[in-house]
Amino acid sequence: MATPTNIIEELVNREYRYGFVTPVEEEVFPPGLNEDIIRMISAKKNEPEWLLEWRLRAYRYWAKLVEEGAEPRWANVTYPPIDYQAIRYYAAPKRRPKSLDDVDPEIRRTYEKLGIPLEEQERLAGVAVDAVFDSVSVATTFRQKLAELGIIFCSFSEAVQEHPELVRRWLGTVVPYTDNFFAALNSAVFSDGSFVYVPPGVRCPMELSTYFRINASQTGQFERTLIIADEGSYVSYLEGCTAPMRDENQLHAAVVELIALDNATIKYSTVQNWYPGDREGRGGIYNFVTKRGKCLGRNSKISWTQVEVGSAITWKYPSCILIGDNSVGEFYSVAVTNHYQQADTGTKMIHIGKNTRSTIISKGISAGHGQNTYRGMVKIMKGATGARNYSQCDSLLLGDKCGAHTFPYIEVHEPTAQLEHEATTSKISEEQLFYCRQRGLSAEDAVSMIVNGFCKEVLRELPMEFAVEAQKLLGVSLEGSVG
Amino acid sequence: MSTRPLLEIRNLRVRVSGQEILKGITLTVYPGEVHSIMGPNGSGKSTLAQVLAGREVYEIVEGEVLYEGEDLLPMPPEERARRGIFLAFQYPVEIPGVSNLYFLKAAVNTIRKQRGLPELDAMEFLALAREKAKLVELDESLLQRAVNDGFSGGEKKRNEIFQMAMLEPRLAILDETDSGLDIDALRVVAHGINALRHPDRAIVLITHYQRLLNYVTPDVVHVLYDGRIVKSGGKELALELEEKGYGWIAEEVSGSPRS
Repeated sequence: MATPTNIIEELVNREYRYGFVTPVEEEVFPPGLNEDIIRMISAKKNEPEWLLEWRLRAYRYWAKLVEEGAEPRWANVTYPPIDYQAIRYYAAPKRRPKSLDDVDPEIRRTYEKLGIPLEEQERLAGVAVDAVFDSVSVATTFRQKLAELGIIFCSFSEAVQEHPELVRRWLGTVVPYTDNFFAALNSAVFSDGSFVYVPPGVRCPMELSTYFRINASQTGQFERTLIIADEGSYVSYLEGCTAPMRDENQLHAAVVELIALDNATIKYSTVQNWYPGDREGRGGIYNFVTKRGKCLGRNSKISWTQVEVGSAITWKYPSCILIGDNSVGEFYSVAVTNHYQQADTGTKMIHIGKNTRSTIISKGISAGHGQNTYRGMVKIMKGATGARNYSQCDSLLLGDKCGAHTFPYIEVHEPTAQLEHEATTSKISEEQLFYCRQRGLSAEDAVSMIVNGFCKEVLRELPMEFAVEAQKLLGVSLEGSVG
Repeated sequence: MSTRPLLEIRNLRVRVSGQEILKGITLTVYPGEVHSIMGPNGSGKSTLAQVLAGREVYEIVEGEVLYEGEDLLPMPPEERARRGIFLAFQYPVEIPGVSNLYFLKAAVNTIRKQRGLPELDAMEFLALAREKAKLVELDESLLQRAVNDGFSGGEKKRNEIFQMAMLEPRLAILDETDSGLDIDALRVVAHGINALRHPDRAIVLITHYQRLLNYVTPDVVHVLYDGRIVKSGGKELALELEEKGYGWIAEEVSGSPRS
């Protein structure tokens, strides 16, 4: 007779569905990192001198950190030392499309397989997509339609060419290259990413999204995303990520910077499904990402929602710096670790302006040998009168070989601030599973239902087009992981 | 009464953690019947209910169980449920974040699919749920709440009977559904059970006390003692137990009283 443990094993052994490789000819740089490589990247992109200089400053800062052995080790994750000289820092399909219709059929098929149509009239008609393939953006849909409203949505490389003043003004203002080891590395070698500017008073009429795909082997992906919401504007942005199955670990070190001016709102959602490695923990992506938003303006709002199910290791803390009075920061997170996946994720909410408010809802799910850590900081600076935070960190354990860890840091320098913190840890019990099965539900459906119930507060924050996908994804990566 | 039994248990012996709990149960239930299984704590009543529903922690040592003439024991719990076996739990389980309606809709449609019936859409389902909720006077607000989450003891038990009404089982096993109910709640639950009596449906009431049987009249009463059915009879057997306790059964069975 099937025992709950058997069911877990069966389900957990499902294959990663996006593990294929696209046979496309790519131009790749030799492995290794030095100033010449950075100059090559910059030259490839025909960048202005100031940007090359910025990259080089970042590189020198990073090289100094390497020399000092200052690669961060404080996260609750373990991995062998990364050989940064063995990574290729640039890989791009040789054939570059001149227009949307000209996209390489292989690449088009790749995105179709991933459920991301690059045709504008396709099923995701309410979503504009920027498709990033290894180091470059290969297509951006609905640009024309958005441009009519003054919205700029393009690859980072194009933004550098076409809107250098905006890039120069905002690049590095939220995450300076000195911020941390991986942010420094990214600033030196970033190859592409998405750029969004929403002009004053404009409500972006469709979801903007970037789909990141790693294809080439031995290659790192270092993208950079910059979103600026001008006064009174609104934008909802979503990113998705997948990669082929490989035995090697691949590094993905991205930087995302968000800027919200007076009365502007940015909603940023992530469905991260990088290859997580196999059952024994071989391979998978190291997802070391710095994401931060600045609520510069009064009454501005930045809301992060993330569903993290992939990657061998996830290290990311999408954060909000609440500078404008009455500004609002939100962080809704579901992080899943299965097999030998490790996640150390959470947020920082820095309250500087008056009456700033933040909400943190974190749902960690651990299965298999997965280790899941919530790490979060709430900091209330002097003068942030009336600041409020509500934090809720819930952990769900599936099985008895996994772990859940919570590290909440609180720093308050303002006596009028109000903070609340709630935390729970629970397991899917054999009783719950049996109860559901006694009502006719399969074990898979039961686990999926329980997990989705556990994550409901987060999933409902996702744009509707993706909420269903995310629910299914959770089901696939977890269902039955009960012991 | 139909000639073909719905449930036939033959010499069922069951062990858990090395200890034998059921020591040879034989029981036949026909459609339309209401059987009451009574017995002191630890006699194996709940074990029998759980084994019939397919709980996997029990080890079948010997015997067989036929349901609609088919071997029940190899079937996983969901298969049994889809074929019409329903267990009202003694301790209904809480499922935070999953609304009662959402949960039941999934269950109802799974079972309807098995029976070759079309799935109910949201509107049809809601109409049915409202109708059935009235049967056990279940407050409609509980339909929207998470399954059993924060329900009172009485609400949980009513919710079980409500689910039974929604799922329309062929064989309903009610495990101490009366325990922990005050007299009003008991009446409501009993009313629900009576309303669900049907010529095609059999109900097995597992209970420690006789009081539920004041409202639901069983066709047969069995006394389960130390893993065996030691006595069967009509409703009057229940009254006798109420009056004399279980002590006399113990003496009758082994000659030595048991606490």
